[in-house]
Amino acid sequence: MSGGVDSSTVAAMLRAEGADVIGLTLQLWDQNRLAGMPGVPDGPKTGRCCSLDDVYDARRVAETLGIPYYVVNQQERFEHDVVRPFVDEYLAGRTPIPCSLCNNHLKFDQLLLTARQIGADRIATGHYARNDWDPERGRWILKRPADLAKDQTWFLFGLTQEQLERTLFPLGHLTKPAVREIARASKLTLADKPDSQEICFIPGGNYKQFIANYLEEQGETVPDSSGELVTRSGATLGKHEGVQNFTIGQRKGLGVTSPNPLYVLNIDKESRRVTVGPESELNSPTLNVHRLNWISIPGLAEPRRAQVKIRHVHEPSPALLEPVGEDRIRVTFDEPQRAVTPGHSAVFYDGIEVLGGGWIY
Amino acid sequence: MPRIYMDANATTPLLPEVVEAMCPYWTEHFGNASSIHQHGQAAHTAVDRARSTMAEFFGCHEAEVIFNSGGTEGDNTALFGLLHPGDHLITTSIEHSAILAAAERLAQREITTTFVAPGADGLIDHMDILRAIRPETRLISVMLANNETGVLQPVEEIGKIAAQTGVWFHIDAVQGAGKIPIDVKRIGCHVLTISGHKMHAPKGVGAMFLRKGTPLEPLLVGGSHERKRRAGTENVPSVVGLARAAELAMHSMADGTIDRLARLRDRLEEGILATIRGTGVNAADRNGVIAPRAANTSNIWFDHLEGEALVIALDLKGISVSGGSACHSGAVEPSHVLMAMGLDKTRARASLRFSLMKTATDADVDYVLETVPAAVKRLRELAPAYAGSVS
Repeated sequence: MSGGVDSSTVAAMLRAEGADVIGLTLQLWDQNRLAGMPGVPDGPKTGRCCSLDDVYDARRVAETLGIPYYVVNQQERFEHDVVRPFVDEYLAGRTPIPCSLCNNHLKFDQLLLTARQIGADRIATGHYARNDWDPERGRWILKRPADLAKDQTWFLFGLTQEQLERTLFPLGHLTKPAVREIARASKLTLADKPDSQEICFIPGGNYKQFIANYLEEQGETVPDSSGELVTRSGATLGKHEGVQNFTIGQRKGLGVTSPNPLYVLNIDKESRRVTVGPESELNSPTLNVHRLNWISIPGLAEPRRAQVKIRHVHEPSPALLEPVGEDRIRVTFDEPQRAVTPGHSAVFYDGIEVLGGGWIY
Repeated sequence: MPRIYMDANATTPLLPEVVEAMCPYWTEHFGNASSIHQHGQAAHTAVDRARSTMAEFFGCHEAEVIFNSGGTEGDNTALFGLLHPGDHLITTSIEHSAILAAAERLAQREITTTFVAPGADGLIDHMDILRAIRPETRLISVMLANNETGVLQPVEEIGKIAAQTGVWFHIDAVQGAGKIPIDVKRIGCHVLTISGHKMHAPKGVGAMFLRKGTPLEPLLVGGSHERKRRAGTENVPSVVGLARAAELAMHSMADGTIDRLARLRDRLEEGILATIRGTGVNAADRNGVIAPRAANTSNIWFDHLEGEALVIALDLKGISVSGGSACHSGAVEPSHVLMAMGLDKTRARASLRFSLMKTATDADVDYVLETVPAAVKRLRELAPAYAGSVS
């Protein structure tokens, strides 16, 4: 229970069904930790995971519903498995997805373990996704939710069969307005609380500042990866202050002027070159994926057709999947796709079913 | 499912006798003890009687008793009220945060502090206190019983050091009060703090012993209550409750109730150690010798599990205990007491505190001894690091 509407409503729904419900909140990050550092206001923040207000809200929900409620501390694990990799990925010139790491390492691993340890059979979360057992295939199938605008399956591609077996997504067949309606009907005072959007451990959303502050707190400095801004044809347009300041498709803050808008096309950590070009060059027909996890199928030995989603706001696009070695897939889109981003995940769909996914490299 | 409370070091319920004693002071004798009229006089009489009981409880004169709001106020008052810029304070690294945070604030006023560390058994060596004395040392503050381990600190020896060196001595007796007799004359302390709710009196009331002639500056100023040593209208019902609880505590220490409690605690502890592998007592030195402890407290480490999960699992089985972590400003840190004793973070986090009330029964202990091994087994079987090595 994050203290938000979705997980709170899940608790209310299960309680109404008569289930034996225990509320758990993961304490993942101390929101005061970098307080006072550049760009970080003093004092606790609200509206982010683990802020005291959110824990308070979650506790209030548990009290309203009359269920036992506990806060489980996983700060060390979160830092080790999510925050540090997040920083390292940016420093390596990639663009990480901390929410997927958190799902894989915290929510559906440690939280599920803790839940089982204290005697629970399953966990239920407020993710917008569906999860059904298919007796014919003998597998748990992760599916896109009824409310496609809220689809979170892209963040959930790492779930194993064992994890899916013990997971409920009660919001999968609901739309967000319907969820708020249930929250109101359940007398939850937070029914109209706004959705959280930003990365929970980065108040204000300035990830560059966060990386600098975090490394300083760790007694480290941001490694010098300054270099040249170049075009595909090799022309040097200017200098940049570090590869961690860029993501693929970025247009603003490049530090060069040009008659036509320029976009980041490629980030090369080794040569420290950041390649920029016109929007037309941002599209690419192929991408490579590794560290795969399969859900509706046990694996992929032969090429097959699928729809592939490469960004949270990206609509799955038709493509060919081809195994190209151990734990590696090449994706070839029917239509070139904009801003393929190493460090992001690519998730493969067959209609509403999630076939599996992996990390773009 | 039974509901068993073994977290007495966090707080205790009011005993029925305490509730009964307080009853008339909510609505009938509600007066302000400072008022001239009969209503005021009734309240004043009640506070006087309570003061007399507390004087007996401390072994001091009535004029040396100050009622306040509890342990945090008492600890804060002792430190803020006795120390001035340039002074030196000696305390320990296992004190309650009401002392540690006060010392931190004093540092901003140019008051330095030496934190004496305990041994592996959680016991402070009084010679370390002596060694820390400096010419500018003004105050020693040491707890009577540690809240997490129950270990009783050598306050009589420290009292002698204080007397020899002319340093004031404050005892945080919040966890010791009611479990071992207090005799401030024999100990030789100048200030001593207790809290009501740790000894079956209400929350929000406490008392201090302040030796006559000790120049303590009040923390709260205003009216001339408590001989101008603590302003604020007397919390009459709670003061009455505190005194009644103190009377009952003196009986319990005299009539064998506390000895029985110690035997119950020992049976619980020995039962857990005997039935669960990878466990030990957080109060044992390197040779396994357990330091003297308050009768009700047992702090046990369990290898290969998260104490937090065990606390939750036991709660869901009807048992209330505490873990080896504490929430500080939103961050959860392993207990500073256990860390000071030299435990690593993992073991500190895998520690549980069982603190029994003097009303605990054999049946309570039986239920806990039935329940804990099964809960530990489930936790360990599911813990990745432990899989396959379960006996």
